[in-house]
Amino acid sequence: MPSLGADMEAGTLVEWLKWPGDQVRRGDIVAVVETEKGAIEVEIFEDGTVEELLVAEGQKVPVGTPLARIAGVGVDVGAGAAPPQAAALPVPAAAPAPAATPVKAAEVSTGKKRVRASPAARRLAAERGIDVGFIQGSGPGGATVRADVERASRQAREKPRAGIDLSQMRRAIAAAMARSKREIPHYYLSHSFDATAARAAIEKFNAGQPPEGRLLLGALLVKATALAVHDFPEFNGFFEPDGFRPSEAIHVGIAIAIRGGGLAAPAIHDTDRLSLPELMVRMRDLVGRVRRGGFRSSEIADPTVTVSSLGERGVEALLPVIYPPQVAIIGFGTPLERPWVVDSAVAPRPVLTVTLAGDHRVSDGHRGALLLRRIEELLNDPERL
Amino acid sequence: MTREELRAAIIEEIGNIAPEADTARTGDDADLREALDLDSMDIFNLVIALSKRLGVDIPDADAGRLVTLRGAVDYLARLT
Repeated sequence: MPSLGADMEAGTLVEWLKWPGDQVRRGDIVAVVETEKGAIEVEIFEDGTVEELLVAEGQKVPVGTPLARIAGVGVDVGAGAAPPQAAALPVPAAAPAPAATPVKAAEVSTGKKRVRASPAARRLAAERGIDVGFIQGSGPGGATVRADVERASRQAREKPRAGIDLSQMRRAIAAAMARSKREIPHYYLSHSFDATAARAAIEKFNAGQPPEGRLLLGALLVKATALAVHDFPEFNGFFEPDGFRPSEAIHVGIAIAIRGGGLAAPAIHDTDRLSLPELMVRMRDLVGRVRRGGFRSSEIADPTVTVSSLGERGVEALLPVIYPPQVAIIGFGTPLERPWVVDSAVAPRPVLTVTLAGDHRVSDGHRGALLLRRIEELLNDPERL
Repeated sequence: MTREELRAAIIEEIGNIAPEADTARTGDDADLREALDLDSMDIFNLVIALSKRLGVDIPDADAGRLVTLRGAVDYLARLT
């Protein structure tokens, strides 16, 4: 049972997706686990063949319990044999990064390819934002057909957020945030700047794009943060019992609000390597899945830094709380029309306030200020994003 | 497509994006973002869904027209 957060002690195995004899590849989703954060898909981090399932469906086991034995790798899946803190980081932080993005994409599609579904069903499921793999099929050989997707879509509406238990999620947030405020000496910095260039870049890009190809400001904010922390490694990594461990990879966690209360901040892997359109597609997918309760174990376990953006309907600035074991969180307020001095005259401008909460055990305000300045520079020169 | 059909289509697509949103009690002039707690990603998804469903081109600059039910019906009625 992998630790899907520093405060997780146990999880319930809801469903096995692989069985003894099945070949598995790194990145395949092998099981669904119910935790305080909702139903999470557990990925495997090794290649091999499933030899034996050690935990039955419906069984609740402590973090660290082996879930299955995989032949050909010599390790127990999901055991996370290490203590919870370390197990919370199945990230190959030191993994060879260059090939990471294409490989990951391939693994994800491998996982999905095994689902039997008609093209029409897949299309409709994609439009409705439903994972076709979770729909019970009634077609030939159990394949999912269009009618199954229609039914699942109706059911999803009648039974909102089947995958999310909001009271459990609230407990998970409470545990993580209380620990953060107890253990992490936060310091805060705030910086306001004119966001005209970023706005203009989006308008220019979006004109002429079909709706699904367009960008939102949020994608630029996340990309600017990912590129900025690249040069400020003390803000990207994990605080562990023996001190700070910087992460080579940059997996930006995106704080996503759930209507009616609740919050999750899963990662977009290798954020710094994604183009803006790729990042936008990933963000859209992630927001949709989080709100339906369908994110994956690696996404929830391994953000290296988090971005919290208030979007268009928020307030000027936020002072965010760091998600342990991370060491920094970047907040973006709502861009507001404000009087601004441009060429010695006052003019109305969309003013964006970016904030940083940093862990004073790891970094200091001077470097934090430089980090926020770097984010501003990147957003003022969107060609670099 | 009649105005009633357009209205029903919009409500159905909002339901697909935000299944927990109570569209039945949303007034035609209410700001959907405020009334149903829709964010920019939700409006983005609504523009995509309505463009596909109705086969119309909704420029990015016009997304703001979709933030009330009446505004959206007026706008889409002219396009369809």
